[in-house]
Amino acid sequence: MILFLMAIAAFGIIKLRNLFAVVMLSGIFSLLAASLYVHLTAVDVAFTEASVGAGISTLLMLATLAITGEYEKKHTTNNLFPLLIVVVTGAALIYGTLDMPLYGAANAPANLHLIPRFIEQSGTEIGIPNIVTSVLASYRGYDTLGETVVIFTAAIGVLVLLGRGRNRWRPGISADAPSKDEENEV
Amino acid sequence: MQLPVEIPGLLNYWIVIVLMMVGFFVVISHGNLVKKIVGLNVFQVSVFVLYITMSKIDGGAAPILDDAIKNYSNPLPHVLILTAIVVGVATTALGLALIVRIRDAYGTIEDDEITNQERDDA
Amino acid sequence: MNNHSILRVVSKFMIPFILLFALYVQFHGDFGPGGGFQAGVIFAAAFILYGLIYGIENARKVLPATATRLLLAAGVLLYVGTGLFGIFMGGNFLDYNVLAATAVGGQHLGILLVEFGVGTTVAATMVTIFFVFAGQDF
Repeated sequence: MILFLMAIAAFGIIKLRNLFAVVMLSGIFSLLAASLYVHLTAVDVAFTEASVGAGISTLLMLATLAITGEYEKKHTTNNLFPLLIVVVTGAALIYGTLDMPLYGAANAPANLHLIPRFIEQSGTEIGIPNIVTSVLASYRGYDTLGETVVIFTAAIGVLVLLGRGRNRWRPGISADAPSKDEENEV
Repeated sequence: MQLPVEIPGLLNYWIVIVLMMVGFFVVISHGNLVKKIVGLNVFQVSVFVLYITMSKIDGGAAPILDDAIKNYSNPLPHVLILTAIVVGVATTALGLALIVRIRDAYGTIEDDEITNQERDDA
Repeated sequence: MNNHSILRVVSKFMIPFILLFALYVQFHGDFGPGGGFQAGVIFAAAFILYGLIYGIENARKVLPATATRLLLAAGVLLYVGTGLFGIFMGGNFLDYNVLAATAVGGQHLGILLVEFGVGTTVAATMVTIFFVFAGQDF
């Protein structure tokens, strides 16, 4: 049911040309996804999606829209070729799902290896009840370290692109401007 | 093929694939860069939903240990997607920052207008 | 946003609770849903709310650019430092068993430190990204 609502939101995103409405719809899309995760018992993920996907990323897109303008120009390009690509890709993916284990199957291959060990042993090995936290921080500590470094790098990238003193390299803005800009650091 | 029997079990995956393709369509057919980012986000969220759907086990509880519960959902996809969401928003921010810089340089965020300007400059 | 007195009062009232909730999510992540990633985002949301209502310049007085940049690096360093400390204590990289007297105690300590590092970096990242975006004035 929630998936159908998500589908409606997604088709709205295709149709609407007002970018403000599009961004709002993508926020709603994220929020629907979060409630779907609760239904699928992934509470940690739902928490993250609600705060990050529906909150921060909508906010960032709105901040961008404030700078770049709200309306999408009507585009004249042909939609048939992209549509064809999408239909062919989708058909191939649906063909791929025919071999997949059914929804909720306990004996799916993904659930048989390593997972029973996590569920049975993490209580005694790590001693904390939330399996997601113990896998995240301990069993897959390297992975999480990598993710943290990726976030760190993204912040550095945004700072390099938009941070202070940027006007020096910016085309179209004269070279004597930066002295003023460097003072009000953001 | 016993296809009609499988439909309820696979329906979730199929809707997720439709959602993915909607995101993909927005990315390849729209010229506005912000809309491309939104499409990419839709694509990304549907991939997350696919993973979480696979982790669900019938009758399984949320993976927080309790003596009364025997059956848990698969925690590993939860971990992967949890970190992927946060990394996703960080990379989205990077993409939006690039869009702001592109608008500074070209005065527009429409794909074809940027291409035209490039051609005129050359 | 200077004239919206309701927004100003309500947000001033709510920000301490948002910060408190972020800390709860951070340190209760071992027992219920939550952890460093979520806590960092909620913590950042408090500062973002302050920046939205009272203006970026005032928010920057509360949390200067140098501070967010230092915290950004400090989180990653805390994570790596916990891993390296495991090596000095005679274990492997990111091996928490050796951090305390008992293996389970070590795991507790390690997870706490690592999640705190993650939370710091995520909060600093989100605050930095938002302030940099919102500080664009053209």
